[in-house]
Amino acid sequence: MQRLRDLAISDTGFVFDPFSGATYTVNGTAQCLLDGLKRGLDRDGLVALLRERFECSDEDLPRDIDDLVQSLRMFGLVPGGFEVGR
Amino acid sequence: MSRPLYDRPILARHQTGLMNKFSRVASMQPQTHIDGVPVQTLIEAYGSPLFVFSEKTIVARYRELRDAFARRFSKVRIAWSYKTNYLDAVCKVFHREGAWAEVVSEFEWEKARHNGVPGERIHLNGPLKTEATLRRVLPEGTLIHIDNFDELALLERLADELHLTPKVALRVNLAVESIPAWSRFGFNLESGQAMTAANRILTGKRLDLVGLHCHLGTFILDPASYREQATKLAGLANELRRAHGAIMSFLDIGGGFASRSKLKAQYLPGEQASPSFDRYAAACAEGMAALDYPAGSEPTIVLESGRALVDDSGTLISTVIANKRMPDGQRGLVVDAGVNVLFTSFWYDHDVVPAQPFGGISEPTVMYGPLCMNIDVVRDTIQFPPMRAGDQVVFRNVGAYNVTQWMQFITYRPAVVIIGADGRHGIIRKREQLETLLASEEVPSWL
Repeated sequence: MQRLRDLAISDTGFVFDPFSGATYTVNGTAQCLLDGLKRGLDRDGLVALLRERFECSDEDLPRDIDDLVQSLRMFGLVPGGFEVGR
Repeated sequence: MSRPLYDRPILARHQTGLMNKFSRVASMQPQTHIDGVPVQTLIEAYGSPLFVFSEKTIVARYRELRDAFARRFSKVRIAWSYKTNYLDAVCKVFHREGAWAEVVSEFEWEKARHNGVPGERIHLNGPLKTEATLRRVLPEGTLIHIDNFDELALLERLADELHLTPKVALRVNLAVESIPAWSRFGFNLESGQAMTAANRILTGKRLDLVGLHCHLGTFILDPASYREQATKLAGLANELRRAHGAIMSFLDIGGGFASRSKLKAQYLPGEQASPSFDRYAAACAEGMAALDYPAGSEPTIVLESGRALVDDSGTLISTVIANKRMPDGQRGLVVDAGVNVLFTSFWYDHDVVPAQPFGGISEPTVMYGPLCMNIDVVRDTIQFPPMRAGDQVVFRNVGAYNVTQWMQFITYRPAVVIIGADGRHGIIRKREQLETLLASEEVPSWL
């Protein structure tokens, strides 16, 4: 998780990974989730965080969290076996 | 202060490396309407997926082609290529504009007759001309474009039997720089085969040789190819005049003009890479300057364009079924139109956009159709904005070949509608249903 914690994230959603030099763009919800993951929130905590910061209707938030985590795994920003705590 | 609206989280990796000099930043805009009709209205009325044709675009493209050639040639004829799209409503728009028909089978010939085209305004082309077909079409004065010596012999025999002198054209294949020769159709020019066939027709006097025809290929992006083709075709016409005194009433340069679609191997988008009709016409006129005919006997220039005339007028609306995250990081978007209805996905990178306003970060996306087949990819990687299940996407420039080459597979073929020049819209081919398919099936009594 150190690599995730080391990510530099600007207010406008620009992400720099000092380990690889790769850069990314995130939207507001992904930025919020990265913040929550850095803080070690579990799935319920992340869902609560999203509901607190965004106007959510009937969105399937756990599905979207899993989707983002899959992207993080693929880009090597979290370990291969990483799962959000339940 | 109200909270921002939620949208699905996106982490898009920046692609690094040198940009090729042809690249551009795509600025994607949604297409919410087609010819002024909301996409939502069309989907609600006719279902999804849905092919939509624009009468206005068909007419505009037809007139653009006609005018481009009419500015350079005194006599021009467009023969609508039925195989490109033989839906009656589409054909009728072309015929209303003055197009003849170019057909390549008895089925297409019957379609053209059904659409009110007189037999003598039909060019029958292609390698499939059976004796039964020729017996059917010859009495109606259809122009026969001869493909091979067996066909030539058959025509001579039928001419004798039926006491007719069929009007024929010689299909010729020839080599031009920069594109592979389509040598499987017609008689080869460079080897002398075309001249041999012409000599046989002109000395035999059982057939009336009225035209020469060459179709270079398809999606030809270099107009110079047509200059070379026209020069060679004019050269053959000159030779026939010198040897036999024969004057052709038409020279048919075929089709092959590129539409605004983008081939997979192409760098530039279609609207930048594809030459205008004007450029094709100019190249043709330069080549035809080699024709040495007496004043007043200029041949009609025949065009058999299909793709370039109808591709831009067709749109496919499709609905998003699901999002998936693929192992390579791309987003997978499953839509309800597959390669079975969007056949051209095999060779085009289709121009596809959302049908509703969108926001959020675009990410590399691959679009899959609904078929349970791995090959069912309707669009390779494209930067695409976030979509939800139930949203619509619009595939543009899909009017050529899809509604003829499509296949019924796994699911039904969708409905096709046309939007009239005045904004009216109506169905031109019904969506298939179980009964449509069962109507052609039979179960033997022992089963």
